[in-house]
Amino acid sequence: MRDLNFNDQPPRFKGKVITDQLAGSITRVEELAYIIRIDEVMTQKLITISPNASMSDVADLMREKHISGVLVTKDEDLVGLVSTEDLIKCLINGELSAPVDKYMSTALVTLNSFDFLTEALKTFARTGLGRLPVLDENKKLVGILTKGDVTYGILRALEHDYHEEEVRRYRASHLFEDIESDRTSLILRYVIKHYDFMHGGSASSNIKKALLRLGANPQLARRVGIAVYEAEMNLIIHTDHGGSIHVEIEPHQIAIYAWDDGPGIANTEEAMKPGYSTASEEIRELGFGAGMGLFNISRCVDEMKLESELGKGTQLTMKVFLKKDEMVGEGYQTEKE
Amino acid sequence: MKISELIDQTQGKLLTRESCMDPDRMIKGGCSADLMSDVLAYIQPNAVLLTGLVNPQVVRTAQMADVAAIVFVRGKIPPAETIQLAEEVQIPLISSPFGMYELSGRLHQNGLPSLENAIED
Repeated sequence: MRDLNFNDQPPRFKGKVITDQLAGSITRVEELAYIIRIDEVMTQKLITISPNASMSDVADLMREKHISGVLVTKDEDLVGLVSTEDLIKCLINGELSAPVDKYMSTALVTLNSFDFLTEALKTFARTGLGRLPVLDENKKLVGILTKGDVTYGILRALEHDYHEEEVRRYRASHLFEDIESDRTSLILRYVIKHYDFMHGGSASSNIKKALLRLGANPQLARRVGIAVYEAEMNLIIHTDHGGSIHVEIEPHQIAIYAWDDGPGIANTEEAMKPGYSTASEEIRELGFGAGMGLFNISRCVDEMKLESELGKGTQLTMKVFLKKDEMVGEGYQTEKE
Repeated sequence: MKISELIDQTQGKLLTRESCMDPDRMIKGGCSADLMSDVLAYIQPNAVLLTGLVNPQVVRTAQMADVAAIVFVRGKIPPAETIQLAEEVQIPLISSPFGMYELSGRLHQNGLPSLENAIED
């Protein structure tokens, strides 16, 4: 894990204005340090000792609990911290019977339970300390935070992210198996505006993404994506008021309907021929209108029907039949006959 | 060929953010076209698309056809909407000073085969 600022290096973004460019390179780990609060990851089970206890009690406690520092509390208030270093000093003086308050450190660096992890990381880096007591709004001792707690907390959050994404993927790809009916289908509907070149292709893009999400293989998603994109651009370029696209996804087939209310095509047979185009110079400058659209669609789909009436409108139906290994939904991919 | 190599070979400039692409994606070949319908009809997946067209539809076309990268020839710089869309769909955009013919030749010589399907009848 990089850039957690465990060392004394300044944070990567310190003193910098966060531009879009910089924001793009903020890692999820860094983001989490700004989202996770200290009290979410700190250790709440506290091992404490009274200031009146003896230093030999401290030595016993450290050995027993495998810890290198003990918080000193009086009436639940934090009054000091005694570390192995303090214990060594005490041993050198041969004063194991001395009370804790003679050797404990009282100049304490503490954290606020309601702050985010970034604050803790900064304090760890600034002081070089490995463990910091955590106080709540009322300055009451509520926990202790180590660098290990921070790492563990972030790893747990990352695992949670990962798990959520897995669940989402799993649910989407099992949609058709989880829902029981005599015939289940998923219908996606899109409204396409005339001459909306700025958003042209966004419906196709969403349809392709949906298919991939549902577990379709990339070749199939590509074929459908290209066919729908051509149809979508036709609605944008060649209609009076745009049109609609509906995609009906079933485990065994994908049916795409694109229709509009005019102006209609005079001769659908002619329109299907490669190179036949009625597009204006303006459209050609955009890279379209080469007369390849309908022909291209016919190569991408298994069945295609073009119906049109001048002055009424056009309906284009495209169907893709899914072979066993292409079927939408993960379960179908593993199902053997 | 990796994206970094492609940038070298085209003497190009990466126009999209580095965080908005997969640096390890391999480019298997190339295709040069200004007609998007030609691209949709004939390009194979994982190609670099060389084009002189700079509108957002180039990116949409590339997305549908699983294009690995787009190189704008003759030093053309696309409008902001094109770059934004490319970053969204994780397709790197490169601007190269060479013309389409020159660049196609250079890349072909350096090991990128044509990924354009032959015309069927």
